[in-house]
Amino acid sequence: MSAETLTLSRAMNEGLRKAMENDPKVLIMGEDVGRLGGVFRVTDGLQKDFGEARVIDTPLAESGIVGTAIGLALRGYRPVCEIQFDGFVFPAFNQITSQLAKMRMRSLGTLELPVVIRIPFGGGIGAVEHHSESPEAYFTHTGGLRVVACSNPADAYTMIQQAIECPDPVIFFEPKRRYWDKAPVDRDLANAAPFDKAVVARPGEDVTVLAYGPMVKTSLEAAQADEGHSIEVIDIRSLNPLDEETVLASVRRTGRCVVVHEAPVFSGYGGELAARITEKCFYHLEAPVLRVGGFSTPYPPSRLEDHYLPDLDRVLDAVDRTFAW
Amino acid sequence: MIVDAARGAPLGTDAQSPPSELVQLLTPEGERVEHPDYDVNLTPDEIKSLYRDLVIVRRIDAEAVALTRQGELGIWASLLGQEAAQIGSARALRTDDMAFPSYREHGVAYCRGVDPLDLLGLFRGVNHAGWDPKEHNFHLYTIVIGSHALHATGYAMGIQRDGTENAAIVYFGDGATSQGDVNEAFVWSAAQNAPVVFFCQNNQWAISEPLEKQSRIPLYRRAEGFGFPGIRVDGNDVFAVQAVTKKALENARSGQGPTLIEAYTYRMGAHTTTDDPTRYRLQAELESWKLKDPIERVKAYLVKNEMADRTFFDAIEAEAKGVGSDLRKRCLELPDPEATAIWENVYATEHPMLADERAGFTSYLESFEEVSR
Ligand SMILES: Cc1ncc(C[n+]2csc(CCOP(=O)(O)OP(=O)(O)O)c2C)c(N)n1
Ligand SMILES: [Mg+2]
Repeated sequence: MSAETLTLSRAMNEGLRKAMENDPKVLIMGEDVGRLGGVFRVTDGLQKDFGEARVIDTPLAESGIVGTAIGLALRGYRPVCEIQFDGFVFPAFNQITSQLAKMRMRSLGTLELPVVIRIPFGGGIGAVEHHSESPEAYFTHTGGLRVVACSNPADAYTMIQQAIECPDPVIFFEPKRRYWDKAPVDRDLANAAPFDKAVVARPGEDVTVLAYGPMVKTSLEAAQADEGHSIEVIDIRSLNPLDEETVLASVRRTGRCVVVHEAPVFSGYGGELAARITEKCFYHLEAPVLRVGGFSTPYPPSRLEDHYLPDLDRVLDAVDRTFAW
Repeated sequence: MIVDAARGAPLGTDAQSPPSELVQLLTPEGERVEHPDYDVNLTPDEIKSLYRDLVIVRRIDAEAVALTRQGELGIWASLLGQEAAQIGSARALRTDDMAFPSYREHGVAYCRGVDPLDLLGLFRGVNHAGWDPKEHNFHLYTIVIGSHALHATGYAMGIQRDGTENAAIVYFGDGATSQGDVNEAFVWSAAQNAPVVFFCQNNQWAISEPLEKQSRIPLYRRAEGFGFPGIRVDGNDVFAVQAVTKKALENARSGQGPTLIEAYTYRMGAHTTTDDPTRYRLQAELESWKLKDPIERVKAYLVKNEMADRTFFDAIEAEAKGVGSDLRKRCLELPDPEATAIWENVYATEHPMLADERAGFTSYLESFEEVSR
């Protein structure tokens, strides 16, 4: 298969383009997604090629973006909404959690809302406040939403298409600091894992590191750097539903587990992973599941973000601690 | 009615309007013109002082842009072109009025006595805001578009209940008028008759989106539907902006409720230093707005009326230059915060979990020092 090297941003762009070509009901909507092509250029050129009726530069109103996407979906469209930055999803919180998530159940299954909400998330780009947050737990906590995060260009290309095809609403997190990372992208969807499955990003024997989004790369670098232990890195990819099988099989084999995310550890997604693994792998565990993540504070000013964000050292520190148990 | 389906707007409607709707007291050529409802009575010294403010904030802004280019700031939202809208309105405020800015109001900040250095912290990434809002009656910058319109309204409700003769003013952009929070603030302020002035700087663009993406009618006309007056002023005319804002503030203070002011202006620079406007707007538009420069017209007026000469302009230029280089120097000296600042000011009192995190992180950092020793 031909695999071309693309940036993550470009891979997203091509995935969206493919989805729009395949299905005339697919729409793109968001702030600055048209002529500008989005602040991260993910929708670059799409308005030019598909027109203003399919690629909508919306009013500056996030509740409106998601609310009207729901209406469009009720009318048979498949809207892909872009929220410009993580910190700006909250004006749409009501529409997402009370409306989008619940419509299928409230309608006894007669209504379907295939809406995708793309959110560039996470820090590490030296941005001002509200531009570096990791709000995934608010959404994984909400039944009725699927929540996924891509970590690399190949997955960006395939997962966005799978998310658009999915009949459920999908919150699609994109690791903004990895937008310009390059990797080969296989354009044959038949070769791709289903988007609700985790993948082993790097096999290992001694300890399982679970990560998603921007922290996959960090974890892989940590695994590479650790000469003492053989680290298995799993890219969770789908936060809800969680692919338990892949995760549990790995931990049962290694007996040790470290969970890494940028979001605050307290009440974070890692807490769910740790609890589940403890329940289901209790007798296989050599040490408690350890979590590495952000602190219980608002995201700090960017000159402090290197302290706040998990890095290679903090991942390896946790790995070492699971062995010191 | 023929509707352009893709754009959603009926053909022939747009958010621009005939120039007669615009309050103007000073033309781009520096001619003083009359308006039936508004007037200013400024002494030559007052006009020179406005000129000085305009020049200095432009210089502060230019210095910040340069500092960003050199990597000293992470990003900067330039006010270039909007100096008159900001200086004119802020100079209409009394010190005990309260201002709520968005993120581009460096000129308002300057008038409120905020040290320009304190504006840089947010953009340099050393803090989220460097000034005490209570000291200056100038609230923090609000980046989440429109949220602070409700804060200003609530603050104004407080003024109302205290029975003091003050007003609140809130600054936001043309794009912000689409946000739910801004529209709720219109509803609230009207229902409560709150002493608040909504000061919308219509700089024609919300990043890459032109005004037509937000509105089919001129923005100032939105107010009518909410039940309070709206007025469009030439945002590049510092006299008119000051006159219009003064009146709106007086109305608010005297129990006549809110006003929406649409200051019609133009964002001469990029949205922020990370933006590339050549992707979405035409150079010709920029050129036409250059002719309406807010500073040049005051200069022309001063010269025409022999209120200022070369010496004056040179002195202001030199002063502005000094402010700029002083700002640069102090910016470079800004210390990075200590890591422990992450846990500061999160709660009113010591929080046990945060204390644990801080202690844990501190000893984690120390473990590296031990290794390197
Ligand atoms: C709720 C929210 N959504 C999106 C953004 C991203 N954003 C920052 S500025 C901006 C455009 C604002 O335009 P306008 O209100 O006209 O103000 P201007 O920047 O022109 O002064 C956008 C979309 C944001 N800051 N907050
Ligand atoms: Mg604007």
